[in-house]
Amino acid sequence: MAASSKPGSPRPPPSSSSSMAQDLFNNFSFSKTLKLKTKQQELLIRVTVLTLIYILAFITRLFSVLRYESMIHEFDPYFNYRTTLYLTKNGFAEFWNWFDSESWYPLGRIIGGTLYPGLMLTAAALYWVLRFLRFAVHIREVCVLTAPFFASNTTLVAYFFGKEIWDSGAGIVAAALIAICPGYISRSVAGSYDNEGVAIFALLLTFYLFVKAVNTGSLAWALASAFGYFYMVSAWGGYVFIINLVPLYVLVLLVTGRYSLRLYVAYNCMYVVGMLLAMQIRFVGFQHVQSGEHMAAMGVFFLMQVFFFLDWVRHLLSDAKLFEAFLRITVTGAVSVGAIALGVGTASGYISPWTGRFYSLLDPTYAKDHIPIIASVSEHQPTAWSSFMFDFHILLILFPAGLYFCFKRLSDATIFIVMYGLTSMYFAGVMVRLILVATPAVCLISAIAVSATVKNLTRLVRSQSQAVQSGSSKGASTAKSSSKGVIDNSQPFQRNGAIFLLLGAFYLLTRYAIHCTWVTSEAYSSPSIVLAARGAHGNRVIFDDYREAYFWLRQNTPPDAKVMSWWDYGYQITAMGNRTVIVDNNTWNNTHIATVGRAMSSYEDEAYEIMRSLDVDYVLVVFGGVTGYSSDDINKFLWMVRIGGGVFPVIKEPDYLVNGEYRVDKGAAPKMLNCLMYKLSYYRFGELTTEYGKPPGFDRARGVEIGNKDIKLEYLEEAFTTQNWIVRIYKVKPPKNRW
Amino acid sequence: MSKKLIVLFLGLVPLLCTCFSPDTPSDRRVLVLLDDFAIKSSHSIFFNNLKSRGFDLDFKLADDPTISLQRYGQYLYDALILFSPTIERFGGSIDAAAILDFVDSGHDLIVAANGNASDLIREIATECGVDFDEDSSALVIDHSGYAVSATEGDHTLIASDDFIKSDVILGSEKIKAPVLFQGIGHSLNPSNSLVLKVLSASPSAYSANPKSKLTSPPSLTGTSMSLVSVVQARNNARILISGSLSMFSNRFFRSDVQKAGSPTKHDKSGNEQFVTELSKWVFHERGHLKAVNVKHHKVGEVDEPAIYRINDDLEYSVEIYEWSGKTWEPYVANDVQVQFYMMSPYVLKTLSTDNKGYYFTAFKVPDVYGVFQFKVEYERLGYTSLSLSKQIPVRPFRHNEYERFIPAAYPYYGAAFSMMAGFFIFTAVHLYHK
Repeated sequence: MAASSKPGSPRPPPSSSSSMAQDLFNNFSFSKTLKLKTKQQELLIRVTVLTLIYILAFITRLFSVLRYESMIHEFDPYFNYRTTLYLTKNGFAEFWNWFDSESWYPLGRIIGGTLYPGLMLTAAALYWVLRFLRFAVHIREVCVLTAPFFASNTTLVAYFFGKEIWDSGAGIVAAALIAICPGYISRSVAGSYDNEGVAIFALLLTFYLFVKAVNTGSLAWALASAFGYFYMVSAWGGYVFIINLVPLYVLVLLVTGRYSLRLYVAYNCMYVVGMLLAMQIRFVGFQHVQSGEHMAAMGVFFLMQVFFFLDWVRHLLSDAKLFEAFLRITVTGAVSVGAIALGVGTASGYISPWTGRFYSLLDPTYAKDHIPIIASVSEHQPTAWSSFMFDFHILLILFPAGLYFCFKRLSDATIFIVMYGLTSMYFAGVMVRLILVATPAVCLISAIAVSATVKNLTRLVRSQSQAVQSGSSKGASTAKSSSKGVIDNSQPFQRNGAIFLLLGAFYLLTRYAIHCTWVTSEAYSSPSIVLAARGAHGNRVIFDDYREAYFWLRQNTPPDAKVMSWWDYGYQITAMGNRTVIVDNNTWNNTHIATVGRAMSSYEDEAYEIMRSLDVDYVLVVFGGVTGYSSDDINKFLWMVRIGGGVFPVIKEPDYLVNGEYRVDKGAAPKMLNCLMYKLSYYRFGELTTEYGKPPGFDRARGVEIGNKDIKLEYLEEAFTTQNWIVRIYKVKPPKNRW
Repeated sequence: MSKKLIVLFLGLVPLLCTCFSPDTPSDRRVLVLLDDFAIKSSHSIFFNNLKSRGFDLDFKLADDPTISLQRYGQYLYDALILFSPTIERFGGSIDAAAILDFVDSGHDLIVAANGNASDLIREIATECGVDFDEDSSALVIDHSGYAVSATEGDHTLIASDDFIKSDVILGSEKIKAPVLFQGIGHSLNPSNSLVLKVLSASPSAYSANPKSKLTSPPSLTGTSMSLVSVVQARNNARILISGSLSMFSNRFFRSDVQKAGSPTKHDKSGNEQFVTELSKWVFHERGHLKAVNVKHHKVGEVDEPAIYRINDDLEYSVEIYEWSGKTWEPYVANDVQVQFYMMSPYVLKTLSTDNKGYYFTAFKVPDVYGVFQFKVEYERLGYTSLSLSKQIPVRPFRHNEYERFIPAAYPYYGAAFSMMAGFFIFTAVHLYHK
């Protein structure tokens, strides 16, 4: 808990520091030099605090490195790592044109055209800079530490953003909150080398620069925000959120009559330049002008021109009545032209309709009914209340308070943060992984709540002490000294109450810091490729089966061997096992995945035909029955059935269920007991006693004795099973010699 | 001394070389397992014929406890002849599984059964897709296709001339006379796609016990019954299964033959020719192909690339030779095809040939990227199957391989440049026009 006290400590200083500076300021004379000095002191304290937050954000993400080793986590990061390796080895042109024949056999994948290159380029750039500075680092270390590094940078952006929408106090609080917020840490611990690691930085940077541009009306800031948007587009598919939120925000400003030239400059510049820049990313291409998801931005762009035009006409026309008529004609004309254009574009197929992913955001039940491949991913599930609590802790309570403060002081900037907060909170409710997008907004709005509350309270405390001393409480720089004097005089217990409330706030924030550190260390720092469990005597047991299996593949199979597994393990097999896979985590071809799902859920002879047609040499399954590891293939199996059945109707889900119940014991459905996945998972398992006092073949992950202990394989043979049986690899036999 | 060593070494060469090696596919060392040594003399014409063709025959009793097929993981023989239809258990370490392993590792096998074939022989046959009549006392009877002999008999000696039509298996010369056959019939397992009827029974034949009265319809009748069958396994090991051991005997070889209902009487039965030609095929003296020098490259280049691009023009060539028993001769055919295959053939082309064994073609890579294979799947009756596949990825265009300026885009270029010029003029006018 040594680290946990740290998150708490940097936070109080901003508020107490200003008051301390104030005290100092009051105790000494009002000479000009000293006044400057206090300002410098304040700056010094602010910079120190920010530096500490910067360091803290980095080191709190290093639990996984300390506890395990400097390694890449989970699934997608392995793909990112592999591509980064390729980029640093072969250079940018090769990376851009890379056709990968090792995945999606036999279709292959154009890597250069189907990824967001921002993350890889960032890591490679860091690597090249370090190399240039003569630091002999390995690219893996750079990849592992990219996410924490960018989390640190995010705290700085959060500070400036907070400063822009409220004041520097809120900025510092926001920086401190976001530095340790679990919602963000979950995707940015060391080793979690994923797009989100840099994308959240880019997202917040774009928003900050855009708000800055709106506030200043400066072309330069708008241009900067366009480049921020370009970086975001290059890094993550979540850029769609920006390209929809910003127009929505502009629309709200237009509707509420807050249209200004500043907004016009900011949005037009940002949209046009940002769109042109985004087209340079191959994966995005012409989507900005052709895809339904991007049409809102274009519509708002044209609406802005209509607004500007109307403004100009009103300026020219003195007659109000004439203008009224003109307005009516223009608005009707513009809306109808826009509607016709959209209708024709959609009907002719020029504008592609919304994608399933987009629909599933707007309608949380859509994916479940229509796209099982999206619904099957655990991080696409609707969020439970507990995970909101888990990831936000007190921010969940501070968020509405912050909204209250924002509404109390409405400006272009606060409207933006309110809209960002509300929309992202909705999306966070739809999908677990989008908590990440909501986190910066929640932190910023909560920071406003904390900062405003603490500031008010400290002012109360201080003004009374000052009233006793001299009564000159003019030092408060903010313009909020209106109602204070009245309260001062009327309620003498106010001061004690304020102190009490301050202590309470301090306690809450301490709890937050402790909670964050605990969550980081317990929940979000496990690499998931190496599993840890508590042994019978409380000791730590490490299961390194995944890497054992991938290493076996690398060492013992022919270099052009094709491995079939469920798509979850595709990236890891290509990155660590260096073997060709049929499907992987880039789920671009549903039919191909469905074919694998069909093979897994067919009988062995039918599956053999499918595997022969795909030239499969090895089949890899993940099995948790020995260790009690619950996210194994048997538990994912129903999704394979559903995805397979979605394309091949011969696979029917009810065949694998008994009275709607999924089971693997004696009461299981006959098809279940004889399908390929069952056979491969439980082959020879019936001979094994896993737990004392239980019959042989007792599955610890599901807590039942398996129903088919006598499994014979005809077309496959066991090639390798890891130490704890977590990964099992089977070889597909060649066709029979004499038949 | 050194001369002696060389002689010894040269003598060992045939022994050292394994089953149809790429260089000399014909078998050399043959183990013959007999029920008793009398067969050695009663079938001597067949054995002497083999010896004269250079085979090294090793005769053993089937229940000899010293026999073994392999030593230290190496097979001692290239082929096995089982002339022991009644054996219930082999001596030594040999059992049915060992014999099947022998075949599965690329060695050849001749199995001859007769009226009282043992379960062991039946089991081996069954594993090769041949099911002998389950009635152990049944023989093939043909009341219209029997061989005319001095005694009327029970029509179990059959003169059969319903051969498979394949020059590769039976030689280019027509079998002159009907083949005498006396033994049991078998059916082919319909799920086995590799087994072939070489000598088929006539439509009037059936399988039954000749001594007892026929009470129920016989299970095997007509042309669905086979007398002699061959299997070419996927690894090109060849198996000959005959329902009659006496078919190989001197007596049948020398006997004259007249098929019932046929006016012509042949002085000599077709057995010798039939069996000799068949043994040539089984022991890989004929019908063995090899493909070498598979090459592909872009038109105008020599080296094989690691990856092709879509719409590349490429050339593919392969050399195919046939083993004549002594040397590799160019194989001449006009039906060798190559596929450019990714889940289904995108290109299917018949290869041109220069009649010297060199096959070649040129085609354009389809406009589809992915991991393709050059596939030659050449399967012709009697020939060993050629299955060549070579994996090659096909990539899309690189970013700089597209056309730089396309005519269709000239309006856009014009729009962009006129816009730039217009903006420049507008700026100048706006700034300096006062």
